[in-house]
Order: sequence, then structure tokens, then C-alpha cells
Amino acid sequence: MIPLLLRDIRLSVRAGGGALIGVLFFMTVVAVIPFGVGPDLNLLSRIGPAILWIGALLAALLGLDRLFQAEREDGSLDLLLMQETPLVLTVLVKCLAHWIATGLPLVIAAPLLGLFMNMDEVAIGATTLTLLAGTPAITFIGAAGAAIAVALPRGGLLVSILVLPLAIPVLIFGVSAVHAAIEDPAPFLPPFLILVAINLFFAVIGPVAAAAALRLSSD
Amino acid sequence: MSEPSLAIRKFSDLANPTRFLALVALLWPWMAGLTLCLFAFGLYLSFATLGDYQQGETVRIMYIHVPAAWLSMMCYSVMAVSALGTLVWRHPLADVSAKAAAPLGACFTLIALITGSLWGKPMWGTWWVWDARLTSVFVLFLMYLGLIALNRAMADDPTRAAKVGAVLILVGFVNIPIIKFSVEWWNTLHQPASVVRLDGPTIDPEFLRPLMVMAVAFTLFFFTLHVLAMRNEILRRRISVLRRHAARAVGREGSDA
Amino acid sequence: MSHAFYVTLSYLSAFGIALGLVLWVWLDHRGRQKELARLEAAGIRRRSAHSGEAQ
Repeated sequence: MIPLLLRDIRLSVRAGGGALIGVLFFMTVVAVIPFGVGPDLNLLSRIGPAILWIGALLAALLGLDRLFQAEREDGSLDLLLMQETPLVLTVLVKCLAHWIATGLPLVIAAPLLGLFMNMDEVAIGATTLTLLAGTPAITFIGAAGAAIAVALPRGGLLVSILVLPLAIPVLIFGVSAVHAAIEDPAPFLPPFLILVAINLFFAVIGPVAAAAALRLSSD
Repeated sequence: MSEPSLAIRKFSDLANPTRFLALVALLWPWMAGLTLCLFAFGLYLSFATLGDYQQGETVRIMYIHVPAAWLSMMCYSVMAVSALGTLVWRHPLADVSAKAAAPLGACFTLIALITGSLWGKPMWGTWWVWDARLTSVFVLFLMYLGLIALNRAMADDPTRAAKVGAVLILVGFVNIPIIKFSVEWWNTLHQPASVVRLDGPTIDPEFLRPLMVMAVAFTLFFFTLHVLAMRNEILRRRISVLRRHAARAVGREGSDA
Repeated sequence: MSHAFYVTLSYLSAFGIALGLVLWVWLDHRGRQKELARLEAAGIRRRSAHSGEAQ
């Protein structure tokens, strides 16, 4: 499993792998927002966490269609399907590799972009922490969408359409945890723990559904 | 079999599409007739009853809004059962059922959204509020549209589309409670207190009777359309199989000559 | 605007969408029947068509 993890990370970090494109997309989306809503720093600091979250959500969805497509094109997907190890485990490892290559850079870039949004230290810390807890969930549930659309030649847009409604809970609890951290009366932990719970739940159903879809679309 | 019997004896006999088609041909006029009668009765009741003293005439919108919203959820449940039928029991009609139900579900959800919006305008003074219920119905609508888009994108391979679509339906079905819960959480955080809650007072029996009749009428309407859409889907698949056979036969003749 | 306006509009829109569904199902059925008839006329029929049994 470790070799598969390393192989996948190496493949996606390599040129043409598209891991960096996600971060660039994230930065561009966040940088475009002030041109839309105006350079009012108070407003930006108020909507900053939400902007970072939406940008990260979109950027995480962007690279998802490549999760299984390259394997399908060069035929290694069939090898993965025929392996002794359960397919669910393989998918889980592939999700982890995909998250390390595309999700983790988003989390690391978030504090920098938080400065652009005039957010204070608490807000930046909370946003980074919730992104760290929430982006794996997007990758897991996105893996199901990617596996469903794997047979389609241009499935990228479809993956986003299929996955976005399912990712709404992640967005809601991520942003409300940040808001709870900024505004004193509301407690931070409940929404954050629910976010972690959603993450664990998606870590189960995402790979299971993705494995089922891969098996069904191969025969 | 020289003497084919088209009688349906067991539920598994429904798996035979020809028998299913015969049953549909037998049943659908009755279903359609009963639906029409129920709609006539329900519409009569909904306009004969009194208006609410608070909501006035607009309470009549409830008689189509609530049944449509109920159907939007029931249709997804029908699709989830069909998805299980595809994946677990490999019932040949299950994927036809799931595919035929998706556009119906989307339309009923659209009815619920439009009538809800038209109810909201005089009641709340705005066409749309990000109320927990409206929002979750809207998300459901998006999920229906995604399923239809998936079916359309894989139109050349309906069996595979049905299988992976079934996975998606089930993933969505598991997620619906989470989405509902999260939308309610989000709503209590942001809800301005002024919005009138719909579920406040218990429903007066005066309104309950037309509501029930209309709900039954809508449900029957859905099932009538559903079996007819399933029939169309079976015919469509037969045609594509026939075309493929014909093309193969032509190819064989061409190589012989 | 009066409440009756909203009531009428919502009933009309629901009726319109329902009518659209009925029309879609009906036209779809007619189209498929015609296609089958055309294939039949071209001599292409199901192997099981005479016995009425599917495979």
C-alpha cells in the first residue's frame, strides 16, 4: 500500500500531474473575489473564511476527475481491480495520496490567502484547522463521483455537479466552526467535531461507493 | 413454450419485461382514470373549503405544494429501492424503474419549489428565503438534475449507466439526512427571526381532508406516469437492441457478398 | 397583488408541469411505437416476437 501511495503522490506532483494547478486555481479564485465585492477590508475580513472555504472546495473538486482516469487510460485500473488486496483499501490509499498531493497544499496556502482577506490570527488558524479536517472529506466523497464518471471521456464537469450537493454539509460545518471561533458566544467544538465526524463517515462511504462503481463500470 | 401465459403469479415474474408490458397495458387505463377522478374530487374539495383566517386564500396553494414536496421525497425513495434492486437482486426492471423515475422526481420537486415560492411571496414578502426546508428541497432538485445528467451522458450504454447511477443514488440517499441536518443547523445560525414558520400551528381537519385526497391523487399520478415511462424505456432498449442486431446482420451479409 | 393571483399562478404552473410530463410520456411512447413499427416493416423483429416470450 505504501508503494502505491508514494507512486500516486509522485505521479501527481510531477509535471502534468495537476497538483499545483489546484493551488493556483485556489489563489486565483480568492484573488478575484475582492474585485467582485470591492476592497472594503471590513467586509473582506467578515466573508474571508467563507471565501477561503468555497475556493478550497472548488479547487479540491477541480482535480478529482483525474483520480482514476489516468489509470483507466493506461490499463493499470484493471490491475488494481484484479489485486488480492480489497479494492476499497486501494481506493482509500489513492484518496489519501490525492489529498496529500492536492488537498494539503490548499491547507498550507490558506493562511497566506487569509492575510489577503484581512483576517485576524484566530480566524486564519481556525480556517486552516477546519480546512485540514474538511478537505479529506471532499476528496473521499469526490472519489465516489470520480469513479462514477470514470467511463466518460469528459467527466470532469459532471463530477463537480454530482459531488457539490453532497459536499454542502462539509462547507456548512467548516464555515460555521470558523465563525464560532471568531464570534465568542458560539462554541467552536460542536461544529468542528461534526465536521470530523462527517470526514470519518465519508472516509467509509466514499471508498466503498467508489470501489463498487469501479467494479460495476469495468464489467 | 408453445402456449405462453402472461399471468403474473409471483413478484419475480415481473422481471420478464414482456409480462410487465402486458400488465401495464392492462392496468394503466384504470390507474389513469382513478387518478383523474381523485384529482377532480381533490380539486373540488380544495376550492370548496374555507380559507385560513391568517393566510387567506393562499392556503389553497398548500394542497398542491405539500403533495408535490411529499412526492419529491417519495420518488427518491423509489429510486433508492430500485438502485438496491439493481445492485443486490439484479432485477432487470429495477434500473429501468430508477431511470424512468428521475425526470418525474425532478418535475415534482420543481412543482414544490415553484408553488413554495409563490406561497412565500404573499406570506413572507419575498420569492425565496433560505429556509431550511426550501434549501434542502433545492439541494434535492440539484441531485435529481445530476442523476439525469449522468443518465444522458452515458446514454449509449444504459446498463452501465444504470449500475453506476445506482451507486450514486444510494450515496445520495445516505447523505440526505446529513444534508437535512446540516442545512437546519446552518439555518438556525443565520435565520432572521421574522420569518413565519410554516409548521407552527397544527393543521385544521378542514384543510386536512383536501390535502389527503390531493396527496393520494398525486401519488397515483406519479405511479401511473412511472409505469408508463418504464414502458417507454423498455421499448427504447428493445429498439436499440434490434438496431444493433440489424446492423450486425447487414455487416454479415456485406462480408458474404 | 391579490392572493388569488398567486393561487391561480401556482395551480397553473403545477398544471403546466404535470401536462408537460404527460405529454413527454405520451409522445415518447408514440415515437417508440412508430420506430418499432418501422423496424418491423423492414423485416427486423425480435426473435421471440411470435411466442411472446422474452428469451
